[in-house]
Amino acid sequence: MTGATAGKRSAKPAPGAGRPDSAVDHGAWFLVLPALVPILLLSVGPLLYGIALAFTDAQSGRTEPTQWIGTLNFQDLLHDTLFWDSFRIGLLWAVGVTVPQFLLALGLALLLDQELRLRWLARALAIVPWAMPEVVVGIMWRLVYNPDAGILNETVRDLGLGDGRDWLSGLATALPAVIVVGVWAGMPQTTVVLLAGLQNTPRELHEAAAMDGAGAWRRFRTVTWPALKPVALAVTALNLIWNFNSFALVYVLTSGGPGGRTRLPMLFAYEEAFRYGQFGYAAAMGCVMVAVISVLLALHLVGRLRGGEDA
Amino acid sequence: MRTSRGARAGQYAALLAYLVFLAFPFVWLVSTAFKPARELGSLHPTWLPRNPTLDNFRQAFGEQPLFEAAANSLVAALGAAVVAVLVATPMAYVMARHRTRLAKAATGWVVVSQAFPFVLVIIPLFLVLKNLRLIDSVPGLVMVYVVWALPFALWMLVGYVRAVPAELEEAAAVDGAGRLRTLVSVTAPLLAPGIVATALFAFISAWNEFFFALVLLKTPEKQTLPVVLTHFLGAEGVADLGPLAAAAFLATLPSLVVFAIVQRRITGGMLAGAVKS
Repeated sequence: MTGATAGKRSAKPAPGAGRPDSAVDHGAWFLVLPALVPILLLSVGPLLYGIALAFTDAQSGRTEPTQWIGTLNFQDLLHDTLFWDSFRIGLLWAVGVTVPQFLLALGLALLLDQELRLRWLARALAIVPWAMPEVVVGIMWRLVYNPDAGILNETVRDLGLGDGRDWLSGLATALPAVIVVGVWAGMPQTTVVLLAGLQNTPRELHEAAAMDGAGAWRRFRTVTWPALKPVALAVTALNLIWNFNSFALVYVLTSGGPGGRTRLPMLFAYEEAFRYGQFGYAAAMGCVMVAVISVLLALHLVGRLRGGEDA
Repeated sequence: MRTSRGARAGQYAALLAYLVFLAFPFVWLVSTAFKPARELGSLHPTWLPRNPTLDNFRQAFGEQPLFEAAANSLVAALGAAVVAVLVATPMAYVMARHRTRLAKAATGWVVVSQAFPFVLVIIPLFLVLKNLRLIDSVPGLVMVYVVWALPFALWMLVGYVRAVPAELEEAAAVDGAGRLRTLVSVTAPLLAPGIVATALFAFISAWNEFFFALVLLKTPEKQTLPVVLTHFLGAEGVADLGPLAAAAFLATLPSLVVFAIVQRRITGGMLAGAVKS
């Protein structure tokens, strides 16, 4: 799973192109069609339609026909400070979740790779956040953060650190509080992937390095990390995208409040489209989000790949 | 490997910290679900209920149509899982066995589809499904879930197909079996465990899904569990903690059980799909 695959994807597949190795006979087409039709109709088609909508004044429940308005939506977006605020929050959230998620997951994966007791318990527990519906994760953490009946404030009070606070409604605490939930929810999946990557690293190299007297940190840097890097790169790239596009968690936790402090771009676009019915404008937001994600991803991949050459 | 005693102790301390971090919210959810109203109102909540009760569960079923919601979720998830696997398996087979432009384009779509913000897809889908009168209907939702589950299903299944030696198929072909025959009687049985794992994963994804269900289902009787769960949340703050926790806990059980069964296979499948032959 590399970004290169995405970049190289060529234009339309030519049916029956002459080369003998692509002699996908009619049987193969028959096999592909059941998946291809829904993909084209419900994924590729809507995507193109969505991009087209961004250049129209489409609204919900309008009687007069929709018109092409060129780049007017994008010009409006440029001056929409609320949208850019939301965008900034989205980036803060995506990076703020992805980085700790990765570091914590790496730590846990390294621990689980050791011969420790209770390992089975940690593995079992790691499943829980992964399997849970996001809505339930949100509800669960609302119970934890609840100002009166929540366990967090009770712990704060027990430790004599004051009366606690209303975490999800505080202007300063809301975003950090939802970021913690994001990290919690996504960490297990990352851990499992990293752990699988770790178990593919050559044991002998590790032991040889230990024989040579390399300390734990050196062994990690010279043996483990080079082997793990491709997996780490792929998983952080995917996490970054998923986190930037995330919706359900924050919708349940704060609905974007207080005062828009946690209004991720997806929430903003959702409200624009399905509360205010501004389909065209919301589609333009979607386009901008794709563009920014692509740039971010390119930076991430290029930066990491370059950083890898001297390691 | 030799690890000093101090380091070992540090490792256990770290593992313990992870265990607490991972477990405590879930413990709190379960504990809240079983607490009587009086304990929930207490200013000094305790970790475990002192007088556990099932009242919250009873009340939850009274407040929201949880049975109907669970039935809708079940239909949507089962439908998505079965259809996704049925259409994905043949395609994954072609992607794994033939290096064609089509296979490459499909792999590209699998990767790129991960980057779409759903909002860009959901607006057109909403309009299209509305024209087809499939909005506010569980079958319409199933169609969306199938396509939404396909990238991951294809990804996993391609890995599983590659794990089946092509020589077996060639041997069958030599014996005079046609393509479809080979596929059905040689390849499919070997793929079965992978197909089941993929289907179960599609089931969990659909069971847990929220965004599409929120947009596409408007009538309360047609909504799935995650959407109905949000009705427990008042406009401002949480109205009723006990029933909320009870309903949330129940909604999680199916995913947890299914996930526990397939977790290992999914991890294996993800990596298998990543190995390029």
